[in-house]
Amino acid sequence: MSPSVRGRSPIRIVQLFGDLLGTYGDGGNALVLERRAAWRGFPVTRVDVTALDAIPRDGDIYVIGGGEDGPQSRAARLLAESGALDEAVDAGAAVLAVCAGFQIMGHSFVGPDDTTVDGLGLLDVTTTRSRGPRIVGEVLVDADPTLGVGRLTGYENHAGVTRLGAAATPLGRVVGTRTDGPVAARTEGAFDGRVVGTYLHGPVLARNPTLADRLLAWALDLEPGDLDPLDDASIDRLRAARTAAALSGDADRGDPGPLVRIRRRLSR
Amino acid sequence: MRGAARLARAAGLGGSVIGGHLGLRLDPGLLAKLAAGRRIVTVSATNGKTTTTNLLAAALATAGPVVSNTQGSNLATGLAAALAGDLTVARAALEVDEATLAATAVDLAPSTMVLANLSRDQLDRYGEVRIVAEKWRRMLAELRRVEKAPHVVANADDPLVTWSVAEHAEVTWVSVSSPWTADALVCPDCAAPVIHSASDWHCTGCDLARPAPDVSLVDHTATFHDDGDRAVELDLALPGTFNLANATMALAAARIEGVDPAVAAGAMTTTAEVSGRYATIESAGRHIRLLMAKNPAGWQSSLGIVAPPPTPVVVAINARVADGRDPSWLWDVPFERLAGRQVIAAGERAEDLAVRLHYGGVDHTLHVGSALDACLTLPAGPVDLVANYTAFADTLAAR
Repeated sequence: MSPSVRGRSPIRIVQLFGDLLGTYGDGGNALVLERRAAWRGFPVTRVDVTALDAIPRDGDIYVIGGGEDGPQSRAARLLAESGALDEAVDAGAAVLAVCAGFQIMGHSFVGPDDTTVDGLGLLDVTTTRSRGPRIVGEVLVDADPTLGVGRLTGYENHAGVTRLGAAATPLGRVVGTRTDGPVAARTEGAFDGRVVGTYLHGPVLARNPTLADRLLAWALDLEPGDLDPLDDASIDRLRAARTAAALSGDADRGDPGPLVRIRRRLSR
Repeated sequence: MRGAARLARAAGLGGSVIGGHLGLRLDPGLLAKLAAGRRIVTVSATNGKTTTTNLLAAALATAGPVVSNTQGSNLATGLAAALAGDLTVARAALEVDEATLAATAVDLAPSTMVLANLSRDQLDRYGEVRIVAEKWRRMLAELRRVEKAPHVVANADDPLVTWSVAEHAEVTWVSVSSPWTADALVCPDCAAPVIHSASDWHCTGCDLARPAPDVSLVDHTATFHDDGDRAVELDLALPGTFNLANATMALAAARIEGVDPAVAAGAMTTTAEVSGRYATIESAGRHIRLLMAKNPAGWQSSLGIVAPPPTPVVVAINARVADGRDPSWLWDVPFERLAGRQVIAAGERAEDLAVRLHYGGVDHTLHVGSALDACLTLPAGPVDLVANYTAFADTLAAR
């Protein structure tokens, strides 16, 4: 047990709206945080907030996931009305927002019937609908070096295209070519302070323990390097398998078409 | 019918999916021609449609011959093939893929339509589950418009199904107490939270609520409230409460088709496996019981019927197109209940499963690849194998 463990108040992990936004196994992110804290001996509590519950203002890490347009708009409204998340972020809480949750953290996104819905503005990003097909497949991302989390692996599946403003930093740069849609964004996700948004599923923390530990370290006011190492052998094997799949072109994206094939060949 | 028969023969139809494909290419109106003049019952759901169709076919067969796609070929070509299998048979029990149903319903013009449940499945292929419910809703409106409205047998405990059927007049509402509510926590109509209690549900934002059931399943008894609370006992060879639910849906549909529920229930008792599901295969001294699950709702059901310890459990996961390419749904499955027993993680995505088990506190060994090979690493004796769609199909093909 780390010396820093003794006498600590529990890390409070808040899983937001598993009922509204839990389409992609997103509850897994909270489970990963919970287990990695507990395995190191840190006391941890988890609060699962539904659309009918009050949102805690004193969470250390808030986790929100992906889902459909209608529930996404409702989640955004509930968060805006409550103000709890803005308050917690001001007080230093960390946020992991995935897919629809990522879009909610921005200025606006596309709701039901192509309406524009206001987000929370915790990230300087704006989401519009992709003019191309849904963006689906394996992604590898070299995360921003200041985060110290290395290479991220994930699976994306979304119709929204998120553009970053000046105040948001890309979560990382896409390794290789992300081929779908006319924009073919070369960066993935965004972060600002301790608010992290991404399209990566897997769930993202299950595939990327360094990112989970980054969030835990924020909550503990430690550096990730201060955390005891864990037995991540099974995760290392998964990362190796998914990385190989993404790099081999078996990235689940189907045939990207001749232009992209040529571009990929040239970029090798 | 004669033209269709000629066409069917010319295309080499007679139960084959390839024949069905050719036939539909030669004549896009073939399905309507094959269906004309017959009484057709369709069965659609995310989970249990193959089993329900098998049980329904067994029940309908008590009243005369039935054609059916009991092997689960449930797209338009498979439907055409099944209907062309014997053109002299006046009745059909057809499993129809839930996303294909709307596109084929007007052609099939079913007399009875079973809509059993909707939950997330293969998300990257079908889009979100509400879209399927919306398709069903529009399909029923269209069937009413062209005066082909079927009698619908619908699951009153499933908010998505209820919403898709809510405008329809001729409905038998069946209560089978769906244990999986995680995909129906949000109202499909107004996106407000839906509150579930032991035997009821309602939307907190609009009028959508559980309809009063006409038929209810409690334990092994199906009670027909619309027939003086007549009780029919179900004595199935198939395991699990979810198969009792499937059987109750089939009983209600068979009754609409004129088969007495007690007679129908009697016909269902002998069905012991469905396209290999629940079958036990022998391999080098291992007695491997085969269970299939495709999505979180199905996994919850299947994990509920695995044999008690010390029977080892092999769990096999693939993520091919037919499985859905993104296995993140593994994190919605309560694998924690396997803790403390011998578990092997197998299949092409065994590594994904292994990480899920790791965080779920389930000790396991890893066997990337064939589920059958994983079973053979175990000592002789019984094994329960739970596999998703293509992992299951590969196991059946290899036996």
